[in-house]
Amino acid sequence: MSHDEFQTYRAKILTPSFVVLLVLTLIGFALIAVRFIKGIGAVSNMNDGYPWGIWITYDVATGTAIACGGYAMAILIYIRNRMHYHPMIRSAILTSMFGYGLAGFSVMVDVGRPWNAYNFFIPSKWQANSAMFEVAVCVMAYTTVLLLEFLPTVLTALEKTQWKTLQLLLDMLYSRMGMERPERIGDRLDKVKDLAAWLKPRLDKVLIFIIVLGITLPTMHQSSLGSLLLIASTKLHPLWYTGFLPLLFLINCMFIGYSIAILESVISCYAFKRPFETRELSGIARIIPWLTVIWLSVVIGDLAWRGQLGAAVSFDFYSRFFLLEFCLVAGGSLLMFSGKKRESIRWLFVSAALIVLGGALYRFNVYLIGFNPGKGWHYFPALAELLITVGIVAFEILGYQVIVKILPVLPKLHTRQQLDAGHVTADKA
Amino acid sequence: MGKPSRRQFLKLIGATGAALVVGRGSASATEEHQVNNDTLGMLYDATKCVGCKACMSACKRVNSDYGSLSYEQAPFDSDGLWDAPEDLSGSTRTLIKLFKESDKEWSYVKYSCMHCQKPSCVSVCPVSAMTRDKMTGIVDYNKNTCIGCRYCQVACAFNIPKFQWEKAIPQIVKCDLCKNTNMVKKGITACAETCPVGAIMFGKRKDLLDEAKKRLRENPGRYVDHIYGEKELGGTNHLYLSAMPFKKLGLPVLKHEAPAEFSEKIQHTIYKGFIAPVALYSTLCFIAVKNMKKGCADDGEEQGKSGSERKKAEKEHGEDVE
Repeated sequence: MSHDEFQTYRAKILTPSFVVLLVLTLIGFALIAVRFIKGIGAVSNMNDGYPWGIWITYDVATGTAIACGGYAMAILIYIRNRMHYHPMIRSAILTSMFGYGLAGFSVMVDVGRPWNAYNFFIPSKWQANSAMFEVAVCVMAYTTVLLLEFLPTVLTALEKTQWKTLQLLLDMLYSRMGMERPERIGDRLDKVKDLAAWLKPRLDKVLIFIIVLGITLPTMHQSSLGSLLLIASTKLHPLWYTGFLPLLFLINCMFIGYSIAILESVISCYAFKRPFETRELSGIARIIPWLTVIWLSVVIGDLAWRGQLGAAVSFDFYSRFFLLEFCLVAGGSLLMFSGKKRESIRWLFVSAALIVLGGALYRFNVYLIGFNPGKGWHYFPALAELLITVGIVAFEILGYQVIVKILPVLPKLHTRQQLDAGHVTADKA
Repeated sequence: MGKPSRRQFLKLIGATGAALVVGRGSASATEEHQVNNDTLGMLYDATKCVGCKACMSACKRVNSDYGSLSYEQAPFDSDGLWDAPEDLSGSTRTLIKLFKESDKEWSYVKYSCMHCQKPSCVSVCPVSAMTRDKMTGIVDYNKNTCIGCRYCQVACAFNIPKFQWEKAIPQIVKCDLCKNTNMVKKGITACAETCPVGAIMFGKRKDLLDEAKKRLRENPGRYVDHIYGEKELGGTNHLYLSAMPFKKLGLPVLKHEAPAEFSEKIQHTIYKGFIAPVALYSTLCFIAVKNMKKGCADDGEEQGKSGSERKKAEKEHGEDVE
């Protein structure tokens, strides 16, 4: 767990995409303000038949799966002992941190009485029967774990910083006010640096236990996200309602996690004009099809066992969505089985995108599309409702963009090439 | 590397301690579900109901302050003379509807909370805002605990709990058998008290069942031979008799098992005594620490590694010496 494998991406922060994302974020947050002033009904099409809309389905159920990159990479690196993937961990953890943090934030927008959320910390109110309780506690704990996992990055940066921007700002401020800058400010800044230097090795020692906690918690709450719908036996379509929901959600988040790690790496290398990490990515891509094969077999086996295979190919509304989800995942996996295609960045990107789409559609199917509360109920998200979700996602990307430019998150280029070379010799041996 | 394993051990103890606390909670919840016929409920006889809606207005009059209910205006009624809810809503706990198949075949039906023996809403509420009183069987809602997640709405097979979508400070609205209002003063629900034709009978579940069976026995041909709620979803305390098939009245055909039995069984199997998560955590810790040790050892032996890794290896070895 060396801190020298990473580097800050030195580039301008104020780019055109920054402005676009900022505008989307601001629109989203303005609408969130409307929601708190005028009630959920003012911005959303949710109703008593469909009490969970796009916020829960996308931001929470799907968003946390997409944020499982950190989880999937941690399993690969620390449990399966593939240390040469370590340079990829920080950007994976950063996106996970944003994904989970904002999923938690979305929940606070979505719930009607957020001021009562403190009841999660009052033992007499705990309700162990509720999958929601398990999800809420685990997600809160995992977000904390992610923050701790990311802390070394911040500490490294603090340790090495010269406070250039801050110095400049202070100088400007004091010269404006026509005053001498007092010495003690410098002393205090040095103290912060010392503290960071003191804390970092101590954190490093216990970090592995925090990381393992960061593997245990998602295993728990990702399966519980599936358990959430176990109660809706009369509402969820039989194509998706099964006792295997927790297992399917768990495997689903793993293959989404690895696929999203590939997508993230390709997109950020493309956007930041860095060389592609083809070797690492094709290595990761080798794992994905095995996970999807297990997942698809459970899906098919379970449908056969419950006698629903006919419904799956009946080509009605539900069957079409089921088949689409199934084909996306299966198609992406087939591409990834081919060793040759795994060597090509383009095919890696396409197949990973197909799998993420299919996996995400599965979650949409369970939470929204396959959910039928009875006659007379309809739901399609309102524009304002969608814009809030868009705003939150935009904020996520914005944060990632800014943080990789001020903190050492992305893999250091020369380290990577060296590791590649080391990898080749290891393969030969 | 004595340190990490000791730390691991301490962590394990801590986690097991927490597990015992949680485990005890879930163990008490796994008790076999039994129908308690001494709990309170209502029997609605659709063949007696004349559709006067006195029950609706009594409910709103009695519960409007406590339950945060308001009058709902119809589009044609610009002066707001009538309370005209279209359906159960964030302002309406009970509702009379007319189902008309033809001019001769029609029936009224009353909707309100079914007060299940094994309620899904209570099973899924993450903060115990929905509760079922063991003595009375009343499924009650506490807005001071509720976080407004609406999981109860997802869970309820009858779509009973309603949410106040238009309010900045919303809450869930559902019948609580006037537990905090009419029941305290008069010992009966407002709707049953008001009904002029005795279509709503209030009492203990066993008495209601006896009465329903008696009516079915004494009036063959008048009713569909079925007491809705006797067996549905493990039994409900709100029971129905009707001349029309219940499905047509908007009461769904349901299995006899409570959905909460199944979901809780799965949740408890996974989290029994919190053993599985603790075992998972300690196994993963073991593997991860072993991997790290192995990684360090390799680093030390192998030549030509990057400086950073060698430094890391040295650091780890330094710890060993400590």
